[in-house]
Amino acid sequence: MIQEKIREKARELLTNKTVDLIIGFGEGSLPLRTTPRFIRNPEKVDRLIWNSFCENNLSAYLHKLGQFKVGLVVKGCDARSVVALSLEKRFKADQLFLIGVPCQRMVDRRKVSRAVKGEILQAREAGDLIDVKGDGFEVSLKRDDFLYSSCQVCIHRNPTRTDVLVGDPVEESPLKETYQEAKAFEKMSPEERWRFFEKETSRCIRCYACREVCPMCYCAECFVDSSNPKWIEKGLSPSDLDFYHIVRAYHQTGRCSGCGACERACPMGIRLTYLTQKLTMDVKELFDFETGIDTETLPPLSTYEMEDKQEFIK
Amino acid sequence: MDEYDLFAPVQLAEGVSVFRKIDHPDEVDLSSANTQKPAKELFFPQSEVMFRYEKVGKRNQIVSLDEENRERILFGARPCDIEAISIIEKVFVSEEYTDVYFLDKRKKTTLMGLGCNHPISTCFCSSAGGDPFLRAGSDLFFIDLGEAYFVELLTEKGMAFHQNKFFKEADPRDLTLVKELEGKAFEKVGYTIPVDGIEKRLDLMGESLFWDRVHEICMGCRICTYLCPTCHCFDIVDEGGHQRGQRVRNWDSCLSPLYSLETSGHNPRPSCRERTRQRLMHKFNYFPKNFNQVACVGCGRCILYCPVHFDIRQAILWTSSKRPKGSERGVL
Repeated sequence: MIQEKIREKARELLTNKTVDLIIGFGEGSLPLRTTPRFIRNPEKVDRLIWNSFCENNLSAYLHKLGQFKVGLVVKGCDARSVVALSLEKRFKADQLFLIGVPCQRMVDRRKVSRAVKGEILQAREAGDLIDVKGDGFEVSLKRDDFLYSSCQVCIHRNPTRTDVLVGDPVEESPLKETYQEAKAFEKMSPEERWRFFEKETSRCIRCYACREVCPMCYCAECFVDSSNPKWIEKGLSPSDLDFYHIVRAYHQTGRCSGCGACERACPMGIRLTYLTQKLTMDVKELFDFETGIDTETLPPLSTYEMEDKQEFIK
Repeated sequence: MDEYDLFAPVQLAEGVSVFRKIDHPDEVDLSSANTQKPAKELFFPQSEVMFRYEKVGKRNQIVSLDEENRERILFGARPCDIEAISIIEKVFVSEEYTDVYFLDKRKKTTLMGLGCNHPISTCFCSSAGGDPFLRAGSDLFFIDLGEAYFVELLTEKGMAFHQNKFFKEADPRDLTLVKELEGKAFEKVGYTIPVDGIEKRLDLMGESLFWDRVHEICMGCRICTYLCPTCHCFDIVDEGGHQRGQRVRNWDSCLSPLYSLETSGHNPRPSCRERTRQRLMHKFNYFPKNFNQVACVGCGRCILYCPVHFDIRQAILWTSSKRPKGSERGVL
């Protein structure tokens, strides 16, 4: 069982002092939720859990690392973020021990909540089913019908870089067409695209959760926070909201692992992954590059080659 | 009713609702216990123009101040949101200082509270000094009886609506039903989170290891502060240039590093540890010291929407455990 293996490995790493702490997942106080858990004491590794609600990309914590050595629990997408961060030299090679988990795809708690009438008070994962209970209802739902959209299209569930793999590798076959959100967006007319984009961003409250939970957003000073020069105002005018979201997405070009953490974090239900997916698709088509697969090659926008395609210059 | 603008919860997207001006009754959505954004934004908008200026001849002149010109009704706000408005009011309207922007909106608004028949599991209003049917703060209080609303007219502003003959006399049996609904809701919310006495407990915890534990999972976004009905920090900025522009007041958040960054480059709250401490200390220690009340109404939004599922109830419980536990090792 994956959970047992994570605990075993964590105990070993902490006891041998290979790492100072383990960052994994722990039980949340609400059904369908887990919370990142920091474990420093080998006797407390039983607080680590594994299930289909381990939705956070824990590699975002690597920016807080300092001098500590960390054992990090990573899914496929998280591991790819780690590779991308290591290319950007965000930590020393010996600081990190990756406990890789072949991912079963994560469950979208909001979709589950919408499927029932009333509040879910208990949830339990049982094989392919999620049993949920609330005031006056008790139903079993098919797990695969309630996955995050980023997980449905995932083709890298096995961690590309890991120091130990807990669990057997899984088959890499997406449940839905890869880049389906981006393709649907592309099919729209420019006017429809703009309307869709503006309708989504209009709900933005500038809490910057999409930025903070993203492992790839770590600038010492984000362009939205800079006052000299001032690139953007701090209010809610549509042009400022649009500007923020375009630049946030654009900065992910060739760096986004498609983990979907940004969209999950948004309290206003703003769709965000169609934008980053479009960039990921373009980078794949133009440069045959995918984030976090190869541990040596820099993302296309971080390098320059004489042979680079330049069809976009007209 | 034509003389009023009516504000009520509307759905912006699936599962996402906020308070907005209503043009048609069908827009009102009371299906969720609480909106995402609290009702505070009707009195203290997230982004508010304080005045506009323009260069006329050689001098800059203030060209407009946007005042509310119509009376407003806030309908469908839960008791926690209503209580929060009175908490914010303590800051914005006092003997020493009056915020005209807040006061203008507050004066022109009739508050129609709505009892919570179905509090959800993250609600802890009773522990925080309120309750699912708290009338205080409302001008009129609505209780959903299924077929009709049971309405209490609580203030002079509220009584004004009686004269319009909107309401018919309640049946004594309705009162029994109200008591029943109240009983059920009270039982569901319970009284389980030790908010009482937290101010004193925190007095002794300024440098506690407790803060190491509280902050470590926080990723530093602003959700818990922006969606909090009592958080009221703001940042005033000037937009525009020499010819014309405006002064704008935007919500700000103590969880942002920028919030406490000084011009010299020094930041007295350099890490997430100091910032999360500020958030909790302000709610449960500084605010009670100044106003005899915690700045938390137990609405549970910060629990529901935190991307890493930080549970403020857990933090409150930790403060009351005999030996507040910190991580075994200093900050990460």
